[in-house]
Amino acid sequence: MREFDYARADSARQAVSSHGTNEQAAYLAGGTTLLDLVKIDIMRPEQVVDINRLDLNEIETLNDGRTRIGALVTNTALARDERITRDYAVLSEALLSGASTQLRNKATTAGNVMQRVRCPYFRDGVSPCNKREPGSGCAAIGGYNRSVHAVLGTSDKCIATHPSDMCVAMAAIGATVQVQGPEGEREIDFLDFHLLPGDTPWKEHALKENELITHVTLDAPIQGSRSGYLKLRDRESYQFALASSAVIVALEGNTIREARIALGGVGTKPWRVKEAEQALKGQPANEQSFQKAADIVMRDATPYEHNAFKIPLGKQAVIRNLTTQTA
Amino acid sequence: MSDSIIGAGPRRIDGRLKVSGAAPYAADHYPDNMAYGYGVFSTIASGRVTNIDLSEARRSPGVIDIFHHGHFPSLYHTPSSMMQGNKVEETRLPFEDDRVYYEGQFVALVVADSLENARAAAYKVKVSYDEEKAIANLDQGVKAHGTQKGKGNHSRGNPGASFESAAHSIDYTYATPVETHNPMEMHATVASWRGDRLHVYESSQGVLQEKGALAKIFGIAPNQIEVESPFIGSGFGSKLWMWPHAVTAAAASRETGRPVQVVVPRQQMFTTTGHRPETRQRLRLATDNQGRLVSVRHESINATSFTDQYVETCGSVTKSLYSCDNVLVSHETTRVNRGTPTSMRAPGAAPGLFALESAIDEMAIEAGIDPVEFRLNNYADRDESQDLPFSSNHIKDATRQAAEKFGWSKRTPEPGSMREGNEFVGYGMAACNWEAMRFPCDARVSLRADGTAYVTCATQDIGTGTYTIVAQAVSDVTGLPLERITVKLGDTSYPEGPLSGGSWTTATTLPAVAEASRKAIEQLKSHATSGQGAFSDVAAEDLSFENGQLSHNGRAMDYTEVLGAQRLASADGEAHTGGADTSKYSFRSFGAHFVEVRWDPGISNLRVSRVVSAIDVGRAINTLTARNQVEGAVVMGLGMAHFEATDYDHRNARPVNNNYAEYLVATHADQPEIDVILLDNPDYEFNEYGARGIGEIGITGMAAAVANAVYHATGKRIRELPISKDKLMEGIPEPQRA
Ligand SMILES: Cc1cc2nc3c(=O)[nH]c(=O)nc-3n(C[C@H](O)[C@H](O)[C@H](O)COP(=O)(O)OP(=O)(O)OC[C@H]3O[C@@H](n4cnc5c(N)ncnc54)[C@H](O)[C@@H]3O)c2cc1C
Ligand code: SF4
Repeated sequence: MREFDYARADSARQAVSSHGTNEQAAYLAGGTTLLDLVKIDIMRPEQVVDINRLDLNEIETLNDGRTRIGALVTNTALARDERITRDYAVLSEALLSGASTQLRNKATTAGNVMQRVRCPYFRDGVSPCNKREPGSGCAAIGGYNRSVHAVLGTSDKCIATHPSDMCVAMAAIGATVQVQGPEGEREIDFLDFHLLPGDTPWKEHALKENELITHVTLDAPIQGSRSGYLKLRDRESYQFALASSAVIVALEGNTIREARIALGGVGTKPWRVKEAEQALKGQPANEQSFQKAADIVMRDATPYEHNAFKIPLGKQAVIRNLTTQTA
Repeated sequence: MSDSIIGAGPRRIDGRLKVSGAAPYAADHYPDNMAYGYGVFSTIASGRVTNIDLSEARRSPGVIDIFHHGHFPSLYHTPSSMMQGNKVEETRLPFEDDRVYYEGQFVALVVADSLENARAAAYKVKVSYDEEKAIANLDQGVKAHGTQKGKGNHSRGNPGASFESAAHSIDYTYATPVETHNPMEMHATVASWRGDRLHVYESSQGVLQEKGALAKIFGIAPNQIEVESPFIGSGFGSKLWMWPHAVTAAAASRETGRPVQVVVPRQQMFTTTGHRPETRQRLRLATDNQGRLVSVRHESINATSFTDQYVETCGSVTKSLYSCDNVLVSHETTRVNRGTPTSMRAPGAAPGLFALESAIDEMAIEAGIDPVEFRLNNYADRDESQDLPFSSNHIKDATRQAAEKFGWSKRTPEPGSMREGNEFVGYGMAACNWEAMRFPCDARVSLRADGTAYVTCATQDIGTGTYTIVAQAVSDVTGLPLERITVKLGDTSYPEGPLSGGSWTTATTLPAVAEASRKAIEQLKSHATSGQGAFSDVAAEDLSFENGQLSHNGRAMDYTEVLGAQRLASADGEAHTGGADTSKYSFRSFGAHFVEVRWDPGISNLRVSRVVSAIDVGRAINTLTARNQVEGAVVMGLGMAHFEATDYDHRNARPVNNNYAEYLVATHADQPEIDVILLDNPDYEFNEYGARGIGEIGITGMAAAVANAVYHATGKRIRELPISKDKLMEGIPEPQRA
């Protein structure tokens, strides 16, 4: 670990000003991504701003039916919250499918949104990697790209998946991210928060240099809907998704009134597929409809050397989850 | 008590120390003034170091010294002989020259006043390389420079001709990947010199071998070195032999004049501390029209390093498990740019039985015979490779008992014919097998005046329960309860004990401990019957000793009083016991695994749902720890079958999943219902306890049992481990080529 300056903030404003516009500054929340990467010398912050004392630990139901989650609410607390398990089962399930109990106890909502990719070439410190060293290339293409590499949203500059499970559920639910900057607060639509790699994979999100996430606010639940998260992987626990789906469906009789679909493990960002949702609307809840939606999800997928199986697997994640939620 | 303690199931006597954090592991030692070493590891797999720029690192806080090939004491090679007690697996010394043979090789060691400072400075060392094209895997090795002859080869009869004329035959090639031991506890060394004496704390399965190797390498007498390894966070074979980090720690300590601690980071646990090598195994089997094996050929190649030849003896079991007149077993190696491989739980047999027992399944199907029936018809009754009887072999009984308990009779043979809801159910089975070995051993037992016994032996408890069973053996002979017995292991100053490996620790250590206990009692009796003794009027041989009491003709006295009356601290016994006599019998352990898997094609999910294993290892000294060894091995075998593989980039031989998140071992959630049947057939030809050893056999055959069950569930025969979902899925599109 290299030396860095450490500041502990007592308010969001103070955090933002301690952070400043220094590109080498980082907020410290649970530390499960940041400290991990600092210890292996991949992230090298010069200034660390500890935000753990900020008053951002609440989960609140707003008057308009939305639910506002403080940036520091831990993954465990969020997953176990009664309002979440009742109204947003998909989110609770997604959180509980992630990492391990110990990690979830430390990991925070904002930290989870901001977690970095698990690509081994990003983490090895020497391979060409456009995320770590802009312009150096992408060793994953043509290399070993089975588990943590995407088939959707990739570019010839980067193919790493966004590893979060929580974000996949949030993408399906719909949400906004509240951020605090030096000029005050603003909101970013959750679906616009994470960026596709395109030609600039080192730009991962829509935050400006020193902006701090203060809250994530979930859209009001869809009345009469059921939801769930299905995570497919090699082993039963403690592994990032090879393919996962977050599904929310509301039926009228056996007809789909409304559906939300997002995928994890297959995309370079939490992968919401509105087109597939549209295709389901008004259709009978049966295998044929689900298959059609799944085909739409993977229509533009690009298979790489070792991860082509994620295309059928992603479809399966969608079909089985829709089947379960409409059974 | 003495009748029941052997074969009972007392809990581990060191359990409390471990769960309360009080057990000192190697890196828990902090001698005064200790400095911390952190490695700089090569980022190429093949080539030369052309320059090491230390300017920035030297300015980093707390740095004491930085070692590398241009700045390191000149040391000696160890002859690396197990028999001489100085074996290492990687014989090249760290920093010996500027060559790089594998990614993750030590190219420098920073020594600083704290771990954080050492690591920070290590990151600032800039190494330049002249990189050469690396050989990244077995296929590339064979293609580039062919193979070298291995060891453990065997042939009898004429397998070629009998294959050609046989009624049924199969010819398939099986592959296993690199697997990495990944014990929880990192390899760690704390080395300190006091004058010309070296003291080392190491996480070691063999303190005496490390002592011998260090003596050779530093050119000093063995009695100038002490190695301690009281507790080990497991090793699975990776800690049998000393690795380069220990040499760097000892040398850095001598050069800096301070104790130095070096802990191998998790990433380098994949590179510089051994691994199970990649294998390719061709199996050609043939039967007559009754399904009797008439030809068996098992030819394997494993990848080894450029510095050492490590042979994975995949065919070791094939020589003797089945009866067949025409057999060929051969082992070859090829060199790749990886660190030197080493033994990993059941070396040879674990990958070897994946191939053999998969092939036997395929052969049975080819011959149209139920796989259980096929095995029962073909198991050997004597060791045909050595032309010796087995000391004890109950594999048929094990197979029948496990089949019965598992419910094999409910199996419908057609693949994919058993279904429950979304899942296809598959039943598979395989035999397991492991050699039983026993070596010479010394031990010392003191019966002390305070009523306790104190036992020493320079073997190790690697988490298997050796502390506990040693105490049981002493309790068995002396009648003292376990809580009055102190067992000390893992220290080279104790009497010479065995390496903790090969499943021979129990069979080797217990006879010596028992003999030492008897000798201590003899000495006690001789004190008691001496001129000043409490029983001076009795002949020693007429005195009896039971439950801590000496007695004769109704007169009894606690032995502590006898010693106390003479102001004697203790009565002591030292013993030396020999190894197994392998001229009359072939000593092996046997068993069978029955496995149920479930395949859900709708989500491409495979899981192992149920395992029944029947194990024939002679007598279990401690049923609790014995069962625990088999259960652990079954879970590890399931991991081998389903998940484990160290993946390398084929372009540059760099391991890509070198951490505990992406190198997949079975988690708790993956564990099936496990039912272990311990057959209890004491093998008194082997030792007085009738115990053969149980650490490894449970992993052998597991991967094949899973593969066979997968075939039954899916109709797909996976001949390359691990059996990951992508190998079972349909409709995978062609990948885009870069
Ligand atoms: C072994 C392992 C396995 C894992 N498995 C999974 C998994 O299966 N599924 C899954 O979803 N996740 C998984 N994770 C990731 C885990 O969920 C994240 O590490 C965690 O959510 C990060 O939260 P944190 O609070 O610890 O963030 P930190 O490490 O504190 O911060 C992460 C990043 O976010 C920035 N940051 C933190 N808070 C703010 C804020 N308020 N505003 C702006 N920036 C901020 C930090 O500067 C840093 O760059 C795993 C992690 C590990 C180490
Ligand atoms: S996939 Fe992305 S993170 Fe991985 S090497 Fe390529 S650029 Fe880097």
